[in-house]
Amino acid sequence: MKKIYLDHSATTPVDPKVLKEMLPYFTQKFGNASSIHGFGQEALAGADRAREQVANFLNCETGEIVFTSGATESNNLAVRGFIKALQKNKANQNKKFHIITSLVEHDAILEPCMELEKNGIEVTYLPVKSNGVVDINKFEKSIKDNTVLISVMYVNSEVGSIQPIREMGKIIKKINEKRLKDWQRLSAKDRGEKPQKIYFHTDATQAVNFLNCDTKYLHVDMLSLSGHKIYGPKGIGALFVKNETPLAAMQLGGHQEKNMRSGTLNVVGIVGLGKAISMLDKKNVEKNNKKIAALRDMLVLGIKKNIPDVVLNTDRANATPSHAHFSFLDVEGESSLISLDLEGIAVSTGSACASGSLKASHVLLAMGIKVEVAHNSVRFTLGKNNTAEEIRKTIKVLPPIIKRLREMNPLYKN
Amino acid sequence: MYTKKVISHFKNPHNQGKIKDADAIGEAGNPVCGDVMKIYLKMAKNKKGEEIIKDVKFETLGCAAAIAVSSALTDLVKGKTIKEALKITKDQIVKDLGGLPAPKIHCSMLGVEALHEAIKNYKKEHSNKT
Repeated sequence: MKKIYLDHSATTPVDPKVLKEMLPYFTQKFGNASSIHGFGQEALAGADRAREQVANFLNCETGEIVFTSGATESNNLAVRGFIKALQKNKANQNKKFHIITSLVEHDAILEPCMELEKNGIEVTYLPVKSNGVVDINKFEKSIKDNTVLISVMYVNSEVGSIQPIREMGKIIKKINEKRLKDWQRLSAKDRGEKPQKIYFHTDATQAVNFLNCDTKYLHVDMLSLSGHKIYGPKGIGALFVKNETPLAAMQLGGHQEKNMRSGTLNVVGIVGLGKAISMLDKKNVEKNNKKIAALRDMLVLGIKKNIPDVVLNTDRANATPSHAHFSFLDVEGESSLISLDLEGIAVSTGSACASGSLKASHVLLAMGIKVEVAHNSVRFTLGKNNTAEEIRKTIKVLPPIIKRLREMNPLYKN
Repeated sequence: MYTKKVISHFKNPHNQGKIKDADAIGEAGNPVCGDVMKIYLKMAKNKKGEEIIKDVKFETLGCAAAIAVSSALTDLVKGKTIKEALKITKDQIVKDLGGLPAPKIHCSMLGVEALHEAIKNYKKEHSNKT
């Protein structure tokens, strides 16, 4: 049976071109990038080139890239490392800092925020509209005098909704500029200390494949990304840290990455990430987006036409071309997933990370979806290698699966 | 993640459906994961004159584990006396399925609860009649 993979938000296969680039760094160019000898320098050259490729994609300086083990580490470093850096400053000792994030973030943002909350940091969790997008007016109103960090994801991994990062970035920039100007207008004796700048982080993990991640265009100070979501390897990610952004290391000992992230460079992974991201030039992204969106729309149409009582939770006008997140009413999502898996079709019930939990997705609940409907969810996320034939097969296989499971349900009334 | 036995029950559940003239019905649900199981019993007397579960059917809304638990449970109770059926534990069902992933162990409770509910309802009805 030929298997069909429709779970690209969980992970993507390594592109053969990426793998080819990585292979020499396992056995031939295996040196430690921190070593001074030829082996080390050869490895360092590979890492340096990848750093340029990432910087080029993000339109930033190579010195602003910190390689990490993935987006989870990048997010932890961005939130916790930033607050740690502020707290290290003696002048800040009695200050109560405020962070703004959203209710639909990945746990790698939410859990660090909740931990900081326990330690006296104030956190606002922004609500979202029914399409999963943060209300920009509520966002602006939530900014306070003591706000120091705002972290909002670029694309939601479950339903695919795109947040207005550039709009948010512009609002933050304007506030920062105004505060500075007001301060500068005061006479030297009335000024007091310089106003605290608000910094802006975005988790762009799910956006890199599809959207513009130019950090200057977005007006972000920090940005997280991951290799394995973009046809690169697992275990590698990056955090963009704009120059002069306060950030303290969370991991000490080796002084790599300008002391911000100690640990021997994962040169193989870094080279792979660099190659994967270099393939996301404007032309390729446009081509892939168009192809994937057409397949996704074909899937949505086919499912809606052939299965009654289906809700599409992805607002296609405000989402990536890859996402189609459904609730098949009166059918538990996991049963649909297992049934599809038995037919060789891989999907997800939400995020792979959430599957260990029995609770309904926090993202769907934040969108105002009822608990029982949230339990009915199945997420399809398409990728650049999917074909129309695969989508046709999925549309054919799914209706009897849903029908069978509904017939088993004591609460289903047809 | 799931054992072959669980998948086999999930693919071809035993005793799935309704009993129209059931002697007792029991229902149990888990508010956290949203699973619901409904069990139908048809009673009869054996040669010794003891009451036995002659036929059993189930309907379940839930994950693959919940459906497999329902199916395995109905296999276990069929032909048993009420006393024997009440002795069936969730661990027995889990063992019968060759194990369940840790977060799914609670699904096995659902089966036992629905069965106990059905037997309780049967006893209530029965004592009213006599």
